[in-house]
Amino acid sequence: MNNHSNQERSKRYLNPYLGGVLLGLVLLAANFVSGRGLGASGALKSVIVTGMETVAPAASENSGFVLEYKDSHSGNPMKSWLVFQMLGVLVGGFLSGAFSGRLKLKVEHSPKISSRRRLIFALAGGILFGFGSQLGRGCTSGSALSGMAVLSLGGFITMMAIFGTAFALAYFVRKNWI
Amino acid sequence: MGPLVVNEIISENTNLFLAFIIGIGFGWVLEGSGFSSSRKLAGVFYGYDTVVLKVFFTAAITGMLGLLFMSLFGWIDLEWVYVNPTYLTSAILGGIIMGAGFIMGGFCPGTSFTAASIGKIDGMVFIGGLFLGVLIFGLGYDIWEGIYMANYLGEPKVSEALGMKDGLFGLILILVALAMFFVAEWAEKKFPREEY
Repeated sequence: MNNHSNQERSKRYLNPYLGGVLLGLVLLAANFVSGRGLGASGALKSVIVTGMETVAPAASENSGFVLEYKDSHSGNPMKSWLVFQMLGVLVGGFLSGAFSGRLKLKVEHSPKISSRRRLIFALAGGILFGFGSQLGRGCTSGSALSGMAVLSLGGFITMMAIFGTAFALAYFVRKNWI
Repeated sequence: MGPLVVNEIISENTNLFLAFIIGIGFGWVLEGSGFSSSRKLAGVFYGYDTVVLKVFFTAAITGMLGLLFMSLFGWIDLEWVYVNPTYLTSAILGGIIMGAGFIMGGFCPGTSFTAASIGKIDGMVFIGGLFLGVLIFGLGYDIWEGIYMANYLGEPKVSEALGMKDGLFGLILILVALAMFFVAEWAEKKFPREEY
């Protein structure tokens, strides 16, 4: 019975190697169209820059963070490639989940931990990842994956740092996952 | 020919529309591969599910080979393709902080959005954390600007840094990836988990 349901579920996911090739083709399309790869954290930055400018316009004019952003981006921060791409990600994720019967409001966690613990770790992990993505000039998508495809040295270094650190720390938070 | 927007084959607005379409493909593949589940993602660090490693490296190789071949055929001018700059200190430090966030939170930014899109509350909370993290970086920018800008090396390619041609490096990367896939398949048999 258990075996059966496992098989059923694994059928619903793409074969990982096929998924990888498809993701690579999406990445290739992004480069072919826009000359840049995929990304996620860049869209977060656009939102935060817009928020800072809206809430505290005077202070934002002197913010090194906003100035640095304006230096490399022209026009409205929300009218950026990555913002539109991330809106697409929400739609694409939803559609895939809908077609595979995975739409469900829930907190996913190991049976050994509570929902509360899972959410506290999700929040803390999100804060760290958000901060790190700014320091590292991109996250797993923009820096590691897209960087690797264009053979960027920095992309390879960031990729190794991300996965290396997660491996190194896995033992200490194993209760959350296994 | 490519990149289309740089060569003014498509307009700026068409470019943004295509960003949305490409995003749909991105989200679809991430969700369809199981990246909307933190327990599937974290599996790679314990060996019970290595889908992350397989999808990630297959995608990186596909993208890399695609760009090399398209350049060879004259379909894309790599001069105009963005190569991420290398700031050595922040690339390492940022990566370390992201790695800690990954194993604690179980997502990376892109995957958390696909998780939220199918109703995972842990994904939504992770996204809340992401915004907080970016905001903290922005508000305290003056404190870490020195680290952020340190050790700028330009836009070197890893192949240049190792003193080899792009194609040779590509071949080595493929061989390394195949070796990792072999280990990954072994690990999934060695550390199986029934239900997660």
